[in-house]
Amino acid sequence: MQIRLDGLTKTFDTMVAVNNFTVQFRSGQLTALLGPSGCGKSTMLYMLAGITPVTSGHIFFDTDDVTRLPPEKRGVGLVFQNYALYPHMSVLENICFPLEIQRVPKAERLSRARDMAKLVHVEELLTRKPSQLSGGQQQRVAIARALVKRPRLLLLDEPLSNLDARLRLEMREEIRRIQQETSITTIFVTHDQEEALSISDEVLLMQQGLQQQLAAPQALYDNPVNAFVAEFLGVPPINRVPGTLRAGEFVVHDGTAAVQLPGAPTGHDGTPMTLAIRAESLFLAKDPAQQQLEAEITQIYRLGKDELTHLHLGDCEIRGYLSSETNLPVGAVVPLGLRRKGVFLFDAQTGERYR
Amino acid sequence: MSVAGGLPTPSTGTAPRGFALGRFLTPLAFLLPFLIGLVIFTLFPIVNVFLMSFKEKYQMLTGEFTQYGPGNYVLLFKDPYFLNGLKNTALYVFTVVPVSTALSILFAYLLNKKLRLNPLFQTAFFLPLVTSVIAVGLAWKWIFNFDYGVFNFLLSRFGVEPINWLNNPNYSLWAIIIYGIWSYLPFTIILLLAGLQNINPLYATAAAVDGASKARIFFRITLPLLAPTVGLVLIINTISASKVFDELFPLFNGKPGAAYNLYTVVYYIYEVFYVKFRLGQAGAAAVILFLIVLIFTLVQLYLQRNWQHY
Repeated sequence: MQIRLDGLTKTFDTMVAVNNFTVQFRSGQLTALLGPSGCGKSTMLYMLAGITPVTSGHIFFDTDDVTRLPPEKRGVGLVFQNYALYPHMSVLENICFPLEIQRVPKAERLSRARDMAKLVHVEELLTRKPSQLSGGQQQRVAIARALVKRPRLLLLDEPLSNLDARLRLEMREEIRRIQQETSITTIFVTHDQEEALSISDEVLLMQQGLQQQLAAPQALYDNPVNAFVAEFLGVPPINRVPGTLRAGEFVVHDGTAAVQLPGAPTGHDGTPMTLAIRAESLFLAKDPAQQQLEAEITQIYRLGKDELTHLHLGDCEIRGYLSSETNLPVGAVVPLGLRRKGVFLFDAQTGERYR
Repeated sequence: MSVAGGLPTPSTGTAPRGFALGRFLTPLAFLLPFLIGLVIFTLFPIVNVFLMSFKEKYQMLTGEFTQYGPGNYVLLFKDPYFLNGLKNTALYVFTVVPVSTALSILFAYLLNKKLRLNPLFQTAFFLPLVTSVIAVGLAWKWIFNFDYGVFNFLLSRFGVEPINWLNNPNYSLWAIIIYGIWSYLPFTIILLLAGLQNINPLYATAAAVDGASKARIFFRITLPLLAPTVGLVLIINTISASKVFDELFPLFNGKPGAAYNLYTVVYYIYEVFYVKFRLGQAGAAAVILFLIVLIFTLVQLYLQRNWQHY
């Protein structure tokens, strides 16, 4: 089912939690709502579920306007952050409960619940109470309970945040597998970029109630529309060098260093800008033709297979994954080149992207 | 647990031989003030009542009695006033406890809703708890008044003839039951409200998203999760309602009903002990009451064993 938001807005008193969203989530895909805490992603999810009323704008499921429909008429399955499994019911009763509400005959109820339990791999645990389950198992049961009524849309609120690191890896692949096996349109909320980028088809990045970018994970990383998107994604965070353009050259703000930027946009000379460079986009220039900047090595960290070098570009600190074949000493001034991918120019004020 | 090169054991300051004794005596010294009170005012009287109930023709002042035997119990079960007391107490417990608990669940549920006037209602409901039984009882005496009472006035609105609540033996038990139901509400509501507030509202939200009606959420989610508290309330109220006694004083001027028809077990014990000085018989009645309450509580616990959900 395709989901279309048209000017969707939610305000709480004076605070605008979700500001004028117009986006489409494609049918049968796994979409992540990603953003820092308080960016409005959970509010958005609960508006889709129908729990939080919409202030203005519309929500369409395919062609139906569901904006004013109560949750139970929308056909959504919702998994809460702490799962909200009914503590007095067994796993089987928990999964059956949505069908009991729909007055599905008991035999069918049980067979559908068993099928769901198989899908999420909890068929061995049907007689247990939620308190006798691990976090990952509770999560699986919660997903089964959300899916058993065959919703058109599955919503998950921070599905992995209550799990420990190892279980988190396992469960995010499980969510992906379950989503692909059922090919149900799924939207989940997360503040963890790795989680969002690793399993989703598309990511909607939000900040302070504002829509930033909706794109496939790699596109989001390779082609951010603005400075926020570029800075939010990536570990280590993208290098930011403030300065201005001058005749195809980027001058670091205090004039202590310069970066050659062939093909830089013209007509913006003198505008305060940020040059953003991903750590993996820096490389050691082997011959002078490749050299675009010079920087001094201040620190080298070896982390397993990687070697992260800290450098000073003028008085600006930058980090890069330089080749570890050459053993460079701390204090050396090295010539560096920039790869074509992962180098962006943003307006320092608006964050708008120039290149 | 031993740790190689582990932490030094804390010094006790006592010689090794006196160590065990010191560890026993020091806590005992702290517990003693409480234990002395417990032994004198609780344990001794309990044991004494049991002994006394078997002493036939016991004279308190001289301490004389003829023999140990079941005589007091035989007397007791031949006394129509005691049997009447048992019957009245049972009727009282089996109406007051279920009805007031059911009403309390309803009120606690309403008070738990986020309504604007709820702080006011909460105060109003808890007020009886801090008011003396006698004062409240006197107010109820006026409510039940034949000529001027609010109760008869309200009933007259529905075309019911005025009822002589307090002086007609057919109705006096109902008067005390209505008063009892009311007087058990506040405490029960407090406990149930606390229980309700411990239930995560997310369960109701989750059920609502799946389309559950308010009634279904209440009976399938809220009530089962409240069951442990309901069980606790039932046991506490059963025990306390079995001891119904002081409610009688303000309503009937210290008599067990206008026609001496409304004996309860505790009123009977009081009268046999303090008025008739038949101490053995009073002890026997107390033991019977104790056994009934004990058995009843055990049965209740047994029936409620499935009410715990974690």
